[in-house]
Amino acid sequence: MIQTKNLRKTYRFGETEVRALDNVSLRIDPGEMVAITGASGSGKSTLMHILGCLDTPDTGEYLLEGRNVAALSRDELAQVRNRRIGFVFQSFNLLPRVSALENVELPLLYAGRHDARQAASQALTTVGLGDRLGHDPSQLSGGQRQRVAIARAMVGEPAIILADEPTGNLDSRTSLEIMALFTQLNAGGHTIILVTHDAQVAAICRRQIQFLDGRVVAAC
Amino acid sequence: MLTWTLIKIACQTLLANPLRTFLAMLGIIIGVGAVISMLALGSGAKAQVMGRVTAMGTNLLVVRPGNDNRGGVRSQANQSLKLADADSILHNLPQVEAVSPLVMGRAQVKYLNQNINTTITGAPLTYLSLRDFEVSKGQSFSALEDEHVARLALLGANAAEQLFPDQNPVGETIRVKNVNFKVVGVLKAKGDQGWFNPDDMVVIPLATAMKQILGQEYLSEIDVKMAAGANAKAVEQQIGALLRSNHRLRPELEDDFHVRNQSDLVEMASSFTRTFSLLLGGIASISLIVGGIGIMNIMLVTVTERTREIGIRKAIGAREWDILRQFLLESIVISGLGGVLGIALGVTAAWLIGRFSDFTLLIEGQSIVLALAVSASVGIFFGYYPARRAALLNPIEALRYE
Repeated sequence: MIQTKNLRKTYRFGETEVRALDNVSLRIDPGEMVAITGASGSGKSTLMHILGCLDTPDTGEYLLEGRNVAALSRDELAQVRNRRIGFVFQSFNLLPRVSALENVELPLLYAGRHDARQAASQALTTVGLGDRLGHDPSQLSGGQRQRVAIARAMVGEPAIILADEPTGNLDSRTSLEIMALFTQLNAGGHTIILVTHDAQVAAICRRQIQFLDGRVVAAC
Repeated sequence: MLTWTLIKIACQTLLANPLRTFLAMLGIIIGVGAVISMLALGSGAKAQVMGRVTAMGTNLLVVRPGNDNRGGVRSQANQSLKLADADSILHNLPQVEAVSPLVMGRAQVKYLNQNINTTITGAPLTYLSLRDFEVSKGQSFSALEDEHVARLALLGANAAEQLFPDQNPVGETIRVKNVNFKVVGVLKAKGDQGWFNPDDMVVIPLATAMKQILGQEYLSEIDVKMAAGANAKAVEQQIGALLRSNHRLRPELEDDFHVRNQSDLVEMASSFTRTFSLLLGGIASISLIVGGIGIMNIMLVTVTERTREIGIRKAIGAREWDILRQFLLESIVISGLGGVLGIALGVTAAWLIGRFSDFTLLIEGQSIVLALAVSASVGIFFGYYPARRAALLNPIEALRYE
């Protein structure tokens, strides 16, 4: 379960202050599939980074599975990112010059698992890339790269998968294929939170949270 | 993550930019090469000096007049050692196998128009075997000639070369202080011992030297050969006690002689060569430090270039230690591989120097181990700061880095 209380985050660009998050309180239960929507610059990505333990709020509380994230050490945060949360980025963020299989293996290697290779190839098969294990990201299409990224996010069986504009760089047909994959993962028990400004993509999710200027303006 | 996987990743990353990796390594290669060849030069000098010290004969004690416990100038005119002392050492001490009483002095030696000033050693027959001399041409004295005041001479290799540039000296007559001597043989060269070159001297029978040439009743030195397995320290003490009683020294008086053993000489020689090695090694290790700074520079560039990669790794759960280890391993691979190549360079350089110059070079196993250990440490030391910088990057800032 994810719960935030009064999250605030402000960025300073020289003279101007941008309030990326303004009193954001949310609760997302296990097994949900949530879309966070809103115009660009409305604070969606900042929220995702905080939820993914990549960034910290200025004030407010973030409880992940009942634990206050602010109290965790940097190594404990790394462990949370490794075991509890899978993160999918808009720009894929795969390691270049490293095969799809090795990219997917990486979280398991950091977790110290010895069956990494086998689990990684199984995850790639699940996302439909069983025949592309040895390919470099540069040899794959955008949709295939995002599949590799999803395989990397789910390979460690995390409870929560966070996706920041996962279809932002993809055409609409590929977007639907990627969304089908997320739906499939959600059916398998993963909590899915994804940021999008594509209404078609958001409509696939059962719950939608809308952001405007760092505030939650509509939630259902 | 498994260390082996990390090493593989480090090698792949380094191979992705081979020229840069090689240039980063070059400082270490040159540094280690310099250390190896300089240490080889030092060890070679040490081996050479030790070889010569040993060539003076093993199991040997040298008794000289005058007290040597204090530093400073010794009286050269000390006349305390007599032939009787040599006899009493030989006859009273069971662990002594042979003695060789010697007189030494400088004199003019002439043959036709050749003229040298050199050391004249008056020695008994035992001298040659005690000091491991071999006769290369002609023959040695016989026991009979030793007893009588025979005018026969053995020439050191250099002395023979100077007096008889292109002639066999055996059978010729030389003049020592205007006294005629017949050359019976030439000694095999032994090499300079630093403070004394035995190849320069002319050896004549002891009695002849004492009575006719140097005109002295006292001895310059007594060489004592101990029986195999004898305890040098014990024999030294026995000689001390014996000579004190021969010389009727009262307990409060200091010895008027001193005894040196091989290990004293070895100690002297090795302390000299140790300083020499330290100096050479010290100068060479400066280049290792310079090499380390080169690695640090490259690693800092690498960390900046790969900020995004670091961000990705952190986002999927790499701990600080994982990142630190990854970059530290890269710098260790650079310096370690540089060390190996540097050893190859150093060994080659040592071989070439040894081949094309007069220096003796000796590569010791421990200097190779030392070079490897030092280069790996250089990698850790100079790689730590960049690796730590990478490890402490904020994940979200690293991911945003373009």
